[in-house]
Parts: sequence; structure tokens; C-alpha cells
Amino acid sequence: MIKEALVEKPPREEVGLLEWLKRNLFSTWYNTLLTFVSLAFLFFVGRAIIVWALHTARWEVVTTNIKVFMIGRYPASEAWRVLASLGVILLLTALTWVFRKLRGRPIRQWLILGWLLSFPLIGVLLRGFSEQNLFLPLVSSRVWSGLLLTLVLAIVGITASFPLGLILALGRRSKLPVIKILCTIYIETIRGVPLISVLFMSQLMLPLFLPPHIRLSTVMRALTGITLFSAAYTAENVRGGLASVPVGQYEAARSLGLSNVLMMVLIVLPQALRAVIPAIVGQFISLFKDTTLVVIVGLLDLLGVAKAVTGQRQFIGLHQEVYFFVALLFFIFCSLMSRGSRRLERSLGVGER
Amino acid sequence: MKNKSFLFLTPLLVLIFILATCAPAEKESTAEEKTTAKAVSRLQLIKDRGNIIVGCNAELPGFGYLNPAGEFEGFDVDFGRALAAAIFGDAGKVEFRPLTAAERLPALQTGEIDVLIRNTTWTLTRDTVNELDWAAVTFYDGQGMMVRKATGWKTIEDMEGATIATTTGTTTEMNLADTFRSRGIDYTPLLFESTQDTNTAYEEGRADAETSDKSQLAALRSAMANPDDHVILDITMSKEPLGPLTAHGDNQWNDVVRWVVWGMMEAEEKGVSSKNVDEMLNSNDPTIRRLLGVEGEAGKSLGLPPDFMVKVIKQVGNYAEVYDRHLGPQGINIPRGPNRLWKDGGLLYPMAWR
Repeated sequence: MIKEALVEKPPREEVGLLEWLKRNLFSTWYNTLLTFVSLAFLFFVGRAIIVWALHTARWEVVTTNIKVFMIGRYPASEAWRVLASLGVILLLTALTWVFRKLRGRPIRQWLILGWLLSFPLIGVLLRGFSEQNLFLPLVSSRVWSGLLLTLVLAIVGITASFPLGLILALGRRSKLPVIKILCTIYIETIRGVPLISVLFMSQLMLPLFLPPHIRLSTVMRALTGITLFSAAYTAENVRGGLASVPVGQYEAARSLGLSNVLMMVLIVLPQALRAVIPAIVGQFISLFKDTTLVVIVGLLDLLGVAKAVTGQRQFIGLHQEVYFFVALLFFIFCSLMSRGSRRLERSLGVGER
Repeated sequence: MKNKSFLFLTPLLVLIFILATCAPAEKESTAEEKTTAKAVSRLQLIKDRGNIIVGCNAELPGFGYLNPAGEFEGFDVDFGRALAAAIFGDAGKVEFRPLTAAERLPALQTGEIDVLIRNTTWTLTRDTVNELDWAAVTFYDGQGMMVRKATGWKTIEDMEGATIATTTGTTTEMNLADTFRSRGIDYTPLLFESTQDTNTAYEEGRADAETSDKSQLAALRSAMANPDDHVILDITMSKEPLGPLTAHGDNQWNDVVRWVVWGMMEAEEKGVSSKNVDEMLNSNDPTIRRLLGVEGEAGKSLGLPPDFMVKVIKQVGNYAEVYDRHLGPQGINIPRGPNRLWKDGGLLYPMAWR
């Protein structure tokens, strides 16, 4: 604290708007030219977009089908279950935000437990039990579609691929040759093929590998494909983080008498993961967008639903409107994710320590 | 320390979530079905499962799409509902699996779906090499040509020197070349990657004409600002017979599909519709009595309830009702053309119901 007070900040230059403009936009003749060209470009593009959005576009295709975009084929009578799931997530988010300052208090551990329990809870809530069940009748994952399906694929894919990727990364650095070779082969194979082929494989080949009495739904098969694919990339990101931890840290941990597991959990992983947060979040954002590829295997995610509603007689050919709406939703979710990542980086002090 | 141990609970709980979504309570078709499909007819497996799984198109106007309530709707979709009505007496006992063009044939071959009703053209290669069996033809499509009414063109011969927009890399493009070359007529092709781009180019006047399947042209035309300014010429450049298909070698199941389709055409021929089917039960016409199961053993021979056509007609309708609902004036407005009954000069000729 004392040290900080002694460091004098450089004096702030106060400049007026005109001065700022002159300095940044009109400093030389070619900058002036560039400024005008850019302004003209922005004006024409912006005007075209606004004219289209306000006059040409027929937004009825979105407003009429808003329910289809959100939950797709999920039965309307059971829609409250989706809202209830959303409520659980919002409640947990709010609680987490309220108690964000209380590091290490018991309430924090309860919150973590709450987040973990929310997974099976929401799973049961969305899917229900059996067809005869009065309170929660079965809603097969086959009818999950729209934004609901996109979020389920992304969230479960992200949550499941992270621990798997962690294990693969540790395996690849293992001293046991069998584990090392297996992990390396897995990672390099998956990274060597496109996601579409992994999805196709999981749809058509997975049922052949599994014992006959286990039969996964289409959504489960897509989830498996996405998770296996994403885990390989997470593994490489984490491995980068592991490599960035100085050897001295390992030696220090050993000299304290920590076992291998404790060394990893207490000393190495916290430093390694903190270093690669931006890379991992970036990968999860791209995973979120990649879920649109499930259209290829006949699942109606947000993009699939957007295509499907343009088949309605009164809305034939209104592709621009639905794609614009879908792009907007993706933009909102992706920017939320990157904002969350920046907060996390700040609170963990990435790049400062 | 305690915090960390929670971290390792995550995979466990995710696993629980995964198991919760695929627990056996869900009536999934088991893999056993696949191995025994050859021995036992698919029909028995469908009855045991309690619903029928139909592969469909999710984004083709008129044929298969989602309505604002989030349900599948369309011409192809209605034939799937008709099969459910025939087998279970309930048109709702059907599960639609949206499929892409690339995925549709493997889905049928691996037993993922019971029947494929997804505007699939009956071709020699698919019938033989791909080991599939078509049941019937529900829609005779063909490549057509759309031009502006103002040009006054009626035939290919009128179109000397025309610029024609179409999609690249398809049979459509090759058929166009064949048609014009065989007549020795000059034209300029204008090629695009997607149907949508092709249509936009034509509408903006960059091309004099646009070629695609007739059903597609009709749908695109109905979406135009002034549909009446455009006309689809009465010429057909290729044959595209579309219909439901089943896996190779399951004749009993294939029979059910084809006779339900033919039954719907027969109902139109005999004037039986969803509105009058109850009165028709008292009809003296033996052909109607056989169709509705009042007489004869049609249902028994197919392995269906005797009154299965009554259920189909009451819940889904006869062929004309289905056509009018989705492809007729209430739908995307395709003239019936070859899809009229044989007695009206069309190609629909249901086999003898006796």
C-alpha cells in the first residue's frame, strides 16, 4: 500500500473534442482521406442495414416462431420445466454474484455443491421420468431442439470435456510409456480430423461399438462426439499451461514432501490452469458455435430450427431475418462468455503474478 | 482442500446427468432390432415399440417443416402420420427424425428409422446398389422452367439465347445442358451455389429464366413479391418420382407402406374423404366396403386392424385432401399435373384393392 502511494502517476493530458479529432483522425492528409472514406463506408453500410431492418425485413417470421426458436419441439404443456431450469441457473448465478467476495467461507462450498447438483437436477427436470408420471412425464431428448438443445450441447460438452481434457493432458506428460502413447495417439487422431467426421462417426459407428442393450439417443451421440472432440483440444491447451510452470515449482513441492497427486492438485495445476484461461475460454466459445454442426446429423439446434421455420408457407425465403436473429443470439451468448472469462482472469490475476 | 475435492465430483455428476438422459425408461429401439430385422418384419418391431420412426425433411416448403407450434407439417409428413393411423389407429404415434440428404440413406440402412419419406427420387442405383425398396410414388416431380410472363415464352424452342439461372454441380445443371443441346438451341447458363442465390438472381432480373424441380419452383414463386408475373412452363426436363422407401428385403413392412399410400389414392378415386367416411361405411359399393374393411380381409392380410383405412382417412384424409392441404391452393400451390388420378389423365394408378 505504502509503495503504491509513492509511485506518482503521469499527469493526465486534458484535451478537448476538437483537439482529439485533430490528433487522431486528421493528423495528416492521408489520415484525413482515410477518415472520410471510412465514414462514407460506415454511413452507406449502416444505412442499408437500418433501412433493411426497419422497412424491408419481415420480422413476423421471428415473432410468430419465437417459441420454436427457444424450445423447438419441446411440448408446450411442459415448457414450464425449461423455465424452471432457467430459474435454477439464474438463482445460482445471483447467489454466486452476491457471495462472490466471501472466498473460503462455508457458503462458497455450498454454492459449488449447488452448481454441481444443478446438473442432474436440470437433467431430470428436462427429461422427466416415464410417460405415466403425472408430475414430470417423459420428454424424450429426441424432441429437444432450438436454443434449448444448443445450450444443452454446449454446457454439457464444455463441462464434460474439461475434466477429460485435464486427464488427457496429464496422461500425455506421464512417465508411463503406455499411458503417454495412448493419450498422444488419442489427442493427435482427434485433432487430425474435422468435427463433422467425428459427429458422423458418433451417429453411425457408436451404436456398433456399444453392447446391444445400451442404445444412446441421437442427442447423446452428438454430445459424445462433441465432448470427445473438445477434450483433445482442451488437453493441448492444458499441456501448454503445464509446460509454463517452472521446474522449480515441481522441485519445491517435492522438497516439501508432497505426493505426486498433491503436487499436481495444490501447486502445479492452479498455476497451469490460470495461465491458459484465455485459451480455454476461447476454445469453449468456438465449441459453442461448433454445436451448429449437429444440423448435419439431423438434430434441430438453433440453426436447424431457423432453417425449418422458413419452410412455412407464409415465410418461404425469409432466410435473412432468421439468420440475423440467430446471429444476434449467438453474439449475445459468446460475448457473455468472453466477459465472464475476463472477470475470471482479473479475479485470478492472470498476467500480474 | 475441500474445494478441490469438489472439482473431482464434476465428472461424476456429469455422468449422472448423462445417464439420466439415456436411462432405459426411454423406449428406444434396441440394437437387437437391427440384427433380427431380417428375420422378423419391421412391422412387428414397430408394434412392439408402440410408435413408428419416420425419416423426414425439416426444411422443404410444402413437404416437411416446423410449424409455429413446433410440430412437423407437410405433404411427406402426412404420409408418416397416415402409417401411424393405419398401424395404431392414432396418427400421433409417430416420431419424425429430421434427416439431411447425406444422412437419409444410411439412417434407413442401419435401422435408425422404419421408413424414409423425404422427397427421395426413385433411381436404379438407389434401388439396387444401396439396397432399398420403394413402396410407391406419392409425388411425380420433374425439372421445370420458370420465366417471366411478359416474355410470352411457352416452349424450350422459344428460349433461343436466354440466360438461365440454376444451381451448379447438380443433375439439374446437366439436364438443362442435355435439353438445350439435343434441340440445338443456344443459351447462357448462370450458375450459383444455392437455390436461394439462384432465385434471387432470377428475381433481380439477372437471368431470363430459372430451372429447378417443379415443386421447388412453385414454392419459390409463391414467395415472390408478384407471383403472377412469373409462370412455370408446361415442360418437364427430367423424371423425379418421389415416394416412401424401406430397407431392402422386408416385404411385409414394404407392403403395409405401399397399400396405405394406394389406399389413400383409392379413397380419392371412390370419393371417400375425412368428411364422409362414416356414411361411406354404409355404402353398398363393394369396392368401398372392401377399402374400409367392412368386407374382405385386407387388414388381416397386411397384419393391420380391419378398419385401418377408416382411421387413415378420418385422421389424415385421402390423397387429394393431403395434396390440397400442403401443395394445393391452401399450400404452396403446385398444379396437380401428373399427380392427378389416372381417370383424370394423371399418373396416380393405385393397384387393385381386392
